[in-house]
Amino acid sequence: MSDEFKIDIVNPEKSFLSKEDVNEVVVPAFEGEMGILKDHISIISFLKPGIITIQAKSGEEKYYVEDGIIEFKNDTLSILTSYILNLKDIEKNKLLELLKNAEEESNNPEISDQLKYLADQKVETLKSIN
Amino acid sequence: MASLDDLKKRITSVKSTQKITKAMKMVAAAKLKRAQDSAEKGRPYSEKMNNIILNLSSGISDKETAPKLLSGSGKEQVHLCVVLTSDRGLCGGFNANIIKKAKSYFAKLNKEGKELKIITVGSKGNDQLKRVYGNKIIENISFKNSKNANYFDAEKVGKIIIEKFQKEEFDICIIFYNQFKNVITQIPQAQQIIPLNTKSDERNNSEDNYEFEPDEDEILSNLLPKNISTQIFKAMLENSASEQGARMSAMDNATRNAGEMVDKLTIEYNRSRQAAITKELIEIISGAESL
Repeated sequence: MSDEFKIDIVNPEKSFLSKEDVNEVVVPAFEGEMGILKDHISIISFLKPGIITIQAKSGEEKYYVEDGIIEFKNDTLSILTSYILNLKDIEKNKLLELLKNAEEESNNPEISDQLKYLADQKVETLKSIN
Repeated sequence: MASLDDLKKRITSVKSTQKITKAMKMVAAAKLKRAQDSAEKGRPYSEKMNNIILNLSSGISDKETAPKLLSGSGKEQVHLCVVLTSDRGLCGGFNANIIKKAKSYFAKLNKEGKELKIITVGSKGNDQLKRVYGNKIIENISFKNSKNANYFDAEKVGKIIIEKFQKEEFDICIIFYNQFKNVITQIPQAQQIIPLNTKSDERNNSEDNYEFEPDEDEILSNLLPKNISTQIFKAMLENSASEQGARMSAMDNATRNAGEMVDKLTIEYNRSRQAAITKELIEIISGAESL
């Protein structure tokens, strides 16, 4: 039996990605990174800013996400996110712009602790890509 | 009867109007295609979101502790109506239909003695509603500058709504928009988004045992605000497809009517030209006879 399962990534505008030959996905879940393999128990969780790594037969792919919800059920992983970028396509300028925005957000003294935490995560992730 | 010159002028003016409406129809048709595409592409997101929320809300055992966005504030006194319309006119009954639907709902609320607050999205709705319900409109949002419906605009509206809900400014929120069925049919819709209506949806109550991380309540309270933006985004997408569809058929009609009018005017023109010639002939003949 193969160890492959299906992944669907959708954002509000369109279906972003759909693959059937995925072996492993690592997602930045809210309480820490989470690896998902075939026959994982049904799970719903949400994401913090970070990198989604998809190990597929056709190669490894990495995506940057800012938020999202994941649902795993019947060997299908659905990821709903409002902001996603393929690391390969990301341009230096865009990255710096995102980083600047995130830093501004995190330095804003008026935001709640949770938002601050998320903004810090964003900064950290973006720096690690850089 | 109008003189020949007048008729000629009218024919030219109707013809140039026809050219404009024809061009608008073409533009609307092209935009419609795009709007329809994005409406279709946006569907999986809102469907999946809905599914997850349904699964989650069924998992919540204690309704008392459920987030307020799901269970409501426990009252039904103040209704917030979000009316989504277009920013541009010349699209047939598109805006009028939404307004009509909204107004009949407002009248019902009025009869029941409920309090009404309105947010208008799109300037046309604001124009039409402010005459009668001007004092009820608490916010007017317009995205004239964005070319297409995009998620960030929807998120802005969503945030405003949630903020107002948290300040307990209203108890129930309903959005009005046009659902796109096909080019000639758009159905005005009233959809309640707060509290979320989970009962009416058909769902398979399978023994899904989800693992939640973190727990259901926390996920739900994060998810529900997103869902509101998503629902609004969906409404905006449907609306923009409907708008283009409505404009296309309205402009099609206008072009056809202009064509008919040109035909009629041309006949009239020819007739009066003929009459003038006949009159002149009679004058010449009777002049010759009298000699």
